[in-house]
Formats: sequence, C-alpha cells, structure tokens
Amino acid sequence: MEMNQYMSMFIDESNDHLQSLNENMLRLEQQPEDISIVQIIFRSAHTLKGMSATMGFEDLAALTHEMENVLDLVRNSKLSMNGNIFDTLFKCLDALEAMVQDIINGGAGKGDVVDLVERLKAIVKGDVEGKGATKGAKAPQAISASLVLDQYQLSILDQSLDSGHKAYYIEVKVREDCLLKAARAYMVFDVLERNGEVIKSFPSVQEIEQEQFDRGFSVYYISQAEESLLRDQISRVSEIESVVLTLVDRDSLAELGHSQDSSTPSEEAASEVAAAAEPAVAISPTAPSAATSAAPRTPAAAASSGNAAPRTIRVDIERLDSLMNLFSELLIDRVRLEQLASEVRRNDLTETVEHMARVSADLQNIVLKLRMVPVESVFNRFPRMVRDLAKSLDKKVDLVIVGAETELDRTVIDEIGDPLVHLIRNAVDHGIESIADRVKAGKSEVGTVHLRAYHSGNHVFIEIEEDGKGINRPKVLETAIKRGVLSAEEAKNLTDEETNMLIFAAGFSTADKVSDVSGRGVGLDVVKSKISSLGGHVTVHSNWGTGTRFSIQLPLTLSIIAAMLIKLGSEKYAFPLSSIVETGSVKRSDIRTLHGNRMIDYRNSIIPVVSLAVLVDSPDYSDEEENETEMLVIRKGDKLAAILVDEFIGQSEIVLKPLGKYMAGTVSVVSGATILGDGQVALIVDPNALIK
Amino acid sequence: MAEEIKVIVFTLAQEEYGIEVDKVRTIERMVPITRVPKTPVFVKGVINLRGIVIPVIDLRGRFGLVEAEQTENSRIIIVAANDLEVGFIVDSANDVMDVMSDAIENPPEVLGGIKAKYISGVAKIGESRLLILLNLVEVLSRSEIIQLEQFGE
Repeated sequence: MEMNQYMSMFIDESNDHLQSLNENMLRLEQQPEDISIVQIIFRSAHTLKGMSATMGFEDLAALTHEMENVLDLVRNSKLSMNGNIFDTLFKCLDALEAMVQDIINGGAGKGDVVDLVERLKAIVKGDVEGKGATKGAKAPQAISASLVLDQYQLSILDQSLDSGHKAYYIEVKVREDCLLKAARAYMVFDVLERNGEVIKSFPSVQEIEQEQFDRGFSVYYISQAEESLLRDQISRVSEIESVVLTLVDRDSLAELGHSQDSSTPSEEAASEVAAAAEPAVAISPTAPSAATSAAPRTPAAAASSGNAAPRTIRVDIERLDSLMNLFSELLIDRVRLEQLASEVRRNDLTETVEHMARVSADLQNIVLKLRMVPVESVFNRFPRMVRDLAKSLDKKVDLVIVGAETELDRTVIDEIGDPLVHLIRNAVDHGIESIADRVKAGKSEVGTVHLRAYHSGNHVFIEIEEDGKGINRPKVLETAIKRGVLSAEEAKNLTDEETNMLIFAAGFSTADKVSDVSGRGVGLDVVKSKISSLGGHVTVHSNWGTGTRFSIQLPLTLSIIAAMLIKLGSEKYAFPLSSIVETGSVKRSDIRTLHGNRMIDYRNSIIPVVSLAVLVDSPDYSDEEENETEMLVIRKGDKLAAILVDEFIGQSEIVLKPLGKYMAGTVSVVSGATILGDGQVALIVDPNALIK
Repeated sequence: MAEEIKVIVFTLAQEEYGIEVDKVRTIERMVPITRVPKTPVFVKGVINLRGIVIPVIDLRGRFGLVEAEQTENSRIIIVAANDLEVGFIVDSANDVMDVMSDAIENPPEVLGGIKAKYISGVAKIGESRLLILLNLVEVLSRSEIIQLEQFGE
C-alpha cells in the first residue's frame, strides 16, 4: 500500500486525537468517577492505535494498545483511577506526542516505550490479578482451529470496510493427493496478494511455508475484487479441492470480536468496532466544541456539547491565497464594470452590475473569513500545561478559558503560541503564590489564571490574568537601577504603568530563585518583541497583593494592514498606519539646517526631515519648489522623523503582497507592495528604513 | 537522437530569440508598471498579474541594448525559472516553434553585443533564420543585479 498519501491525514488526525486525549484526561482528573469520559478517552486511544498500526508505526500502536488495556479495566469498573495511573497515562501521552512529532519531522515514529508499557502492564496486573488481562497484549496464540483476529487486525478490517473495500474470510482446501502443499498454498497467496491484502492467515505464513498444515488454511483478506473473480482465480491453481469465500460485513466483524475469550480486552475492541460504525459516536471524541469549554471548571457543559461538532475540511493555505488573489482581480473588474455601466446608462446593465457588486461584497467577506481560525487551536494546549506546571511547583491552579472561539488570522495564530506559553508560565510560576502564602494572605488555596480572548474593533485582545501576588514595584525599580536600565532619579518619576513595563526590558528577571520553569534567561523581552513583530502590543496592569493582568492587543490579520496612502507626483505609496504618529504640514521657512541636516521643531523637540521624493528618486515631484509641504511624522522606537510628501490620498486597508524574490535584498526603502482598487501596484514604504 | 524542443519566439532589436515553452508562464500585453526605486535601470518595476506582484525587466536594457519605445507589439513574457518569476519586456512575441536539438549549436563568442553567457545556443531554422536560445538562469542571475545595485551607490 502506498502510505505517503495517507501521511498528512494520519498526522492531522493523530494530533486531533492526542488533543482530545489530553483534554479528556484533564477532565477525568477533575471527576475521576465519570465513566463517560473514560469511554471517550478509550475511543480516541483505540482509533489512534488502529491508525498507527495501519501506518506501520508499531511503537505508537504498542503503547496505545497498553493504554487501552488500562482504560478498559477502568471503564468496566475493575480498576479505579488514581494519581499513579494519571501520571503514567499523561507520560504516555507525552511519549505519543513525541513520536507523532518525530513522524511529522520525517522520522519513523520510533520511541522508547518499553518502560511505559511495563508500567501500564504493571497497573493492569497489579490491580486485577491475572484475570486474563495480559492476554490482550498479543493475539492469543493458544487458540487453534479457528481464526482469531487481534485488535489491530479488526481495526484494519473495519477501516477497509469504511473505505469501500471488501473483506473476505477465505477457506482453501488442497486435494488429499497434493504433492507440494506449500507450493500450492504459495500460489494461492500469490493470487491473493495480486488482488488485495492478506490480513491474517491460519496457520501462519511461516508454518504454511514449512508445510506445517494439514489440508486447508484460511485467511482474512481485504480486496476490491469481486467474490466470483477471486474464486475463479484461486480455483485455477491446480490441486485445489475447494475454496469457500465468505464476505465479512460489519455485523459479522462485531460478532467475531464477541465470540472471543470474553474477559480479554479484545472483546471490547470488537464492540468498539461496532460502535465506530455509528458515525455520531465515533466523531464525538474529536469534536472541537468539547475543547472550547476546556476549562476544568465547566466539564458538564463540555460533555454535553460533544454532539454539535462543526463540519470542517482542511484546505491548503496556498489555495486560499490564490483564491484571494483571483478575488482581488474580480474586484478590479467590478470597479471597471461599474464605470462602464455608468457611461452606458442602460438600466438593466446598471442593475446587473449593482447586483454583482452586492454579491461580490458578500463573497469578499467570506473569502477574508476563510483564513480566520479560532484561537482555541492555541489555547487548547494550556490546560495540560498549567496542570503539569502546578504539579511541579506544588501549587493549586485553576485555568479558566473564555472566548476560545474568537477568530484570528491563521498567520497570527501560528506565531502567538510561544509568547502565550511564556506569559502563562510566568503567571503560574511568578504570579500565583505557594499554597502556604495564599492561605497566609487570606486567599483560597487554589489560584486562578484567566485566559481570555475577545474582539474589539479591528483588534483581538488576549488577556492573561491571575489572582496572585502582583508585581512588587519597589523590587522592580531596585533591579532596574541595579541593571542600569534607568537611573535612581528617573525611577522616582515613573508611573505604575511605566514601572510595570520595565519587566519587559531585556535580561530582566525579578525571580528570587531559578525554578524549573523560568529563570533560564529567556525574559519577557522576547515576548514583547514577538508581539510587536506581529504588529501588536502588550500592557501590564498589576495590583500588589491581588494579581496581575497581561493584555495583548493583536491585529486581526497580518496580510491586511491599515495604511496611509500618499501621492508623490504621479506615483502612489503606502505607509503602515502603525508607525505614523501624526500628519500635518510644514512651511518651508520652518525647516532649519543643523550641521547640514534638515530639521524641524516638532512639539518642543528637534526632529530630522526626510524628503520621500529624494529618497525614492521621484521622477516628477520635488519638494524644493513647494512653500508648504504635507508631512507625516513617523516613529521608530523613541525616534521620530518628519517625512515630506506631496499629497495625502487617505487611510485605507491594504493587502500586503511580497515584491518577489528577484527584488529581495535590493530594495531597502520599500517593504512590499499592495494592489490598489484600480489594479495598480503601490509600494509600501518601510518606515524603519527611513529613520537611521 | 534528436529531440524536439518547443520554444516561444520573440524579437528584440530585429533579432529572434527563443525561450523553452515550459519556462514561460504567460505572455501579456503591456500593462501599467509601478516603478521601484533604487533598482538598476533595466528593472522597470512591478506589475499586477492577477493579484500577484511580479517584477518586470526590460530585456533590451538587461542585454545592454538601446532601450526602445513601447509599441502595440510590445509584450511582457512572464518566465519562471530558478524559483523566480519575472516579466521580460520584449519587442514582440508571436510564435511557438519546434526546434530539433541537433539544430542547436554552441553560442559564438561574441554575438551582437550580448554577453555569450546569456545564450545557451543558437538554433538554425531553415536556410536563413537564426534563433538565439536564452540561458534563463544567467539572465535571471540575481548576483548581477545586486552588483549593479552596489555599483550605483
């Protein structure tokens, strides 16, 4: 079978299942008595196992298989969850994640699972003595006479049925006087393998090869070929006495499972297979909506929302980009059509064009929304992270997530994960006090971290708030002075807000001691620079004794920015609005020359004047001739500069386009391009290149 | 064995040139070009090709020929090679031709002022026609445009 084409599907689905496993394990930890959660976990693990086995990732399959055995005992109330089991299972999830990650990186998905498998086996053995529970680990060997499928094979059969293949149970008998039984058997296998895949044979292939079988052998077989065709081809092998083909359907598959040794986990696997036949049940564990309310506090809501899974498809982001490109073409044609219609002045034409305009406006809305993804995909890794952190720091922490459905552009989503990880670690490690300190301060033992996301205007806000000890202002100032970030004099005049921002300075850490999770030298400055590179910014509010709130403001998307369009003679340029402080005009007489550099007085400070026309060698505009020139005041860090331009066109949302590889490295003033409503390309000026 | 190569034929200063057809994405009529500052003179700027911004160079300028006024026949040939997409302004483009690989000869040392390295071969067609086959990788070489850039500063 050609596996590569299924690889991406496998990876996506494995990630979904791992996520679901993580979430549900967390929920289960909150309510260890809820067997329905165990069921969901079991199903996820089971599917994951089936997929891994099909794809040939044996370590993955082996580990999930053992996990399943443990879970199976739990859901049948033969074993109750305890701290040890939770820890082991979480470790297993980590190992699974590592293996899937390895597969994503092109590896073979190998992992050292022996230890974990032993631990799982010990759990199974330790709590229910023997009881045949270990039997499930391997396909039972002792059973002769009939064919027994183990769980891997059952799930393979099940999945083949799903994908429209036929499954057969085939019994072949060779004639009594047959001389070379093994050779005949080989020929039958040859026929079979040409048309499909043998899942399991009895006796085993080795035994058949060594002629260690009586007169007949039987196989489970998957194929797309028709029954009659197979029968014909097999019968054509000489010295075959009889061929019996039985079509295996879902029901008989389920029965097959049930007919096995009733106390082995394989039985459950079979009923699982039957359950999988009902799509609603099979889908529910992966339902993203269950994750939306992943906050451990509201598990009831999460459990009930499992059925309303949104139906989605995965689309290559490049296809979306080309869709957007084509669409912008359409918009240009629309503008042209509107123009023509107004010239032609025919009623029915005007009406049609107007209708088309409305439809394309709606279409534009949808196309832009296609790139939007709920922040949930980032948030859903945090419950587990906070759990582990709290455990290792010996604290009690509740994570409350609100607004996980808030949507952001895919490109922003991909980038925002790391800064959030950092801030949440910071909140749990530095913010929330130890249990003893919390009790001393009259707070409840359990600290709370709120993670919120919401829309506001053209921005998305993400907030991380905890009810911990707050930022110790005197200490921050002391450290800042010691590190030379600012002088003692300056420190006196800082507002609370400014003081709080100091923690974002490079190499700044007020942690008393280096702990397991922080103090490794990577500071909040990295968080800040990452967020600003996304065009957002971060602020801190803190009250001593009652907690801290980090608030991140992000643009909805990176591919569309707000810009100021300006004219320079016949040419048009765009300035990102985020770097513009002010627009205004300047009189020629106000421009002074200082040491050969042109400067103006701007709000009591002297700032340099830059002529855009000179900078871009404008062919048909020069500010030399103007008495009064329009200007843009732009900012880079704490430096300002006045940029002289010809005329303002106005503010507009523009779609960023790269200039192409050919231009890369040669153009320093221009950071990209955009396509204006009339189809013309306008260049986007890089404000950072204007301020030296 | 002689193989057939399909080439797009275009003219530049009365001479005929060819680019293999699989390197050519489309041929466009002239469209408004947005000038990009601080680039060599032969880089005319960028155009909007169905939503994608593509740089355009004047092939005459690139080869050091005298640049000509654009006419009705002027075309922009969008080529893709070396991971780069670039438009070439040419005097005209109106033919697709099959060239037998055994009709292609190595470029002579000097050919109409165009550096030999830009040429991968010369194909003889019929009795009197010569087709100059371009070596796109060299024509699109970015090191040269960066050199020119530094020279200008």
